[in-house]
Amino acid sequence: MIETPEIEEGWVAHDLAAEFPELRILHTAVEARSGRSPEAVRRRLRNLADRYTGGKAVTLRQQPVPWAYRVFFRQVGIDPDERRTPPEEIALERMRAGGFPSRNLLDDAILIATVETSVPLVAFDDEKLEGPLGLRLSEPGERLGGDGRPLSSRQVVIADAERSVGVLFADLAEGRGVHPRTRRIRIASIQVKGVPDVSVEEALWIIAEVLQGDAGAGAAPAGNAP
Amino acid sequence: MAVIEQRPDLAVSARRVPIRPPVAPDEAAARRTLREQVAKLESELGALFCTAFPRTGFDWQVPSRGGPRVLSLVELEELRDQLADRLEHNRRVLGDRTYVEELNRRRIEEMVLEPERHKWMVIRNEDIGEPGCKSWHVRPRFGLLGMLLNWWRVRISSGCPLAGGRGGPPRPLPH
Repeated sequence: MIETPEIEEGWVAHDLAAEFPELRILHTAVEARSGRSPEAVRRRLRNLADRYTGGKAVTLRQQPVPWAYRVFFRQVGIDPDERRTPPEEIALERMRAGGFPSRNLLDDAILIATVETSVPLVAFDDEKLEGPLGLRLSEPGERLGGDGRPLSSRQVVIADAERSVGVLFADLAEGRGVHPRTRRIRIASIQVKGVPDVSVEEALWIIAEVLQGDAGAGAAPAGNAP
Repeated sequence: MAVIEQRPDLAVSARRVPIRPPVAPDEAAARRTLREQVAKLESELGALFCTAFPRTGFDWQVPSRGGPRVLSLVELEELRDQLADRLEHNRRVLGDRTYVEELNRRRIEEMVLEPERHKWMVIRNEDIGEPGCKSWHVRPRFGLLGMLLNWWRVRISSGCPLAGGRGGPPRPLPH
């Protein structure tokens, strides 16, 4: 039985929302554990890899959603040709590796959802979060996760009610990510200007579906790959 | 007081000007405009990247600014200017490159029409901005005889070699 994921909208601090009015964080919790991916997920990865061509990888930056993330990267001071956006990183990896090798269920689920929707996703151990997730700017002298590496001033961070839990599109705080004993995974997606609501919601739906064991739903039947 | 009234220039300087509290200019609108310009330039850079592919030798990078963070007005202006410079430079490079490629295409036609006037000339796919390993090579027909009799032709290569080579040694047959 696949549960319908309840998608929640996170908070965005006023000063950040004033600069980027369309910036949103949406998240959902999934009762699932990572681990070795089942055959259905591996098959779906193979099907996705077959659909990915060099031409598609080259023109990715002209498609509306990947372009929107490239623009946002530029606007927040990241060079997307140096630190690539997640959909472009996946495309490049596909060209390098010649496929999408399976890593584990969570990474595979994130990859599938990102390839299908071009929306970047990040996963947390839900039990390690205090209160609702949101986006804000780092404060002077703040450290990632409270006791991690120092954050530079006014960095965009993902935070819970207590502390920062990750830098946007970068590293997570120590101990906030998903580990083998995690039983409840909190998946967050970032929406920027130009990305439709449906893409972000679909990304969360896909990842919930894959993690809960209905990975074959979006895959072509076995032996019928294009 | 009477003296000041008699000298109007002094009367002006002596008048008290109310001191206004300092007002910080609202930069939000300017930053918003700059972000829109950055988006437009990024769009044009993306289109140019796709047009330029598979040509190499272009520099697409614009230095990052330690993000993700909210950039100041000055930083956004610098970013906008660097993107505009990069776009202009790459457009010029692509323009020069396509001009040479067009000349090479014309030369291929001339080679095919009059191979004896383009002896030993080789033009590869990359010289005309195309992917792959195809090449047009003007060579003499029948080797030395063709050279002596001025029989020339264009030989078109069959493309890239296979990635896996010609395969490994054959497997031994099962007994």
